[in-house]
Amino acid sequence: MAKQIVKMTLNGQQIEQLVDSRTLLVHFLREQMSLTGAHIGCETSHCGACTVDIDGESVKACTHLAVQCDGSDVKTVEGLAEAGALHAVQEAFYEEHGLQCGFCTPGMLMRSYRFLQENPNPTEDEIRLGLSGNLCRCTGYQNIVKAVQSAAIKLQQKESATA
Amino acid sequence: MIPPSFEYHRPSTVDEAVGLLSSLGSEAKILAGGHSLLPMMKLRFAQPEHLVDINRIPELKGVRVVGDDIVIGAMTSENAVIADPVLNEKVPLLPEAAKLIADPQVRNRGTIGGDIAHGDPANDHPALALACDAVMTIAGPNGKRQVPASEFFLGTYWTALEESDILTEITVKAFPPGAGYSYKKLKRKTGDWATAACAVVIAMSGGAVSHIRITLTNLGPTALRAHEAESILMGQHVSDALIRQAAEQAMEICDPAEDLRGDAEYKTAMAGQMVQRAIHDALSKAS
Ligand SMILES: Cc1cc2nc3c(=O)[nH]c(=O)nc-3n(C[C@H](O)[C@H](O)[C@H](O)COP(=O)(O)OP(=O)(O)OC[C@H]3O[C@@H](n4cnc5c(N)ncnc54)[C@H](O)[C@@H]3O)c2cc1C
Ligand code: FES
Ligand code: FES
Repeated sequence: MAKQIVKMTLNGQQIEQLVDSRTLLVHFLREQMSLTGAHIGCETSHCGACTVDIDGESVKACTHLAVQCDGSDVKTVEGLAEAGALHAVQEAFYEEHGLQCGFCTPGMLMRSYRFLQENPNPTEDEIRLGLSGNLCRCTGYQNIVKAVQSAAIKLQQKESATA
Repeated sequence: MIPPSFEYHRPSTVDEAVGLLSSLGSEAKILAGGHSLLPMMKLRFAQPEHLVDINRIPELKGVRVVGDDIVIGAMTSENAVIADPVLNEKVPLLPEAAKLIADPQVRNRGTIGGDIAHGDPANDHPALALACDAVMTIAGPNGKRQVPASEFFLGTYWTALEESDILTEITVKAFPPGAGYSYKKLKRKTGDWATAACAVVIAMSGGAVSHIRITLTNLGPTALRAHEAESILMGQHVSDALIRQAAEQAMEICDPAEDLRGDAEYKTAMAGQMVQRAIHDALSKAS
């Protein structure tokens, strides 16, 4: 009964799927599309582990319905790397030890990816505020902040190289 | 946690949405940002059979200036409120306070209209609406009507909205020239609702207070306006002693629910502190 056809762009690919209207986006991604990058931490929109990008905005996929993404452009951590090369935020988290257990990492990466487009040259305080919707139980955040700072520099260098 | 089953509807105009709500009756609920409703559905506190998603109704989004009025579409997100140039210039309390609501991701989805319509005394926009003398525009089966914020919040999860009504716009006036403003919110962590919070708008004329609003969040069954505390300062040359007296008067009307944030005595004491801090901060911005 309450099923709907949903069309969206998911990590650059056009997809069309039959979705139960009550299905949350995070379950749709993980169970129907086998994209297990977006994690389920709290399911109450607190921890940010499920963060994805919808039409250029960071959204917690545990508090969004898959049917609401009809016509949208959705990006998950699986869509960050391009042509086999890690995205600058991924490289920076790897180099700066921005993770320990890795559970929060997909959400941290997706939020950092969007945050650095909103604010390409942030201060440390702005980084902490910009990532305040993402919790990490391991790192103490220090290396996550360093990773975002390093990613900002990488992205700026890329920008000036192509300009 | 998955919400119970429902039929999903996505109207593209307000008229269509009101039509749907009228024909579906009490089994239908409006889906705005979903950041209060979906959590409640996961917990089965709400089990609507129909959700009417109003996210794709363009007329409900954004901020317009109409004469002296600043008209905020109900579906304007918190982050859009924070970024809006008109609000930052004319009613800066709203963007400043919106930064204290939830976190960046939630603010992309949560809407000013949803925050007000939900009727949760813990939400921040009701007290802000009272502080700004906001007027709510409501579209229902019998057309449009307007309700001032002072008559909108009737109780916990209870507002002037009837079953098939949609809150379409929140209208505010620009602050008086030179007005100061502040929102002081005590919270335990990012993304928390207020333990106690206070909004103040103040304007001065010849050294005396010529306009003042003092409103409170999460300190009673609805947002509260502290009329008597305002009267203590109105027309006066402000002193620390008067500010303390106003804060004590505001504490008199507090009736907070005890929860993990503290008991009634603690929250009321914190209300007194927030009132004092908000008045001092607002005065420092007034000219
Ligand atoms: C982690 C977290 C932290 C939060 N922290 C805060 C906070 O600090 N301060 C705060 O104020 N809020 C906070 N919130 C609540 C959040 O801001 C919600 O977005 C808001 O309460 C509801 O707005 P919404 O647009 O998401 O509405 P929804 O959840 O979609 O709707 C809420 C209710 O209002 C009704 N409704 C919505 N829009 C309309 C309309 N236009 N007309 C008629 N009825 C309507 C719906 O039917 C529903 O019953 C938090 C939420 C989360 C998840
Ligand atoms: S799982 Fe979505 S915010 Fe925690
Ligand atoms: S690395 Fe373990 S939760 Fe962040």
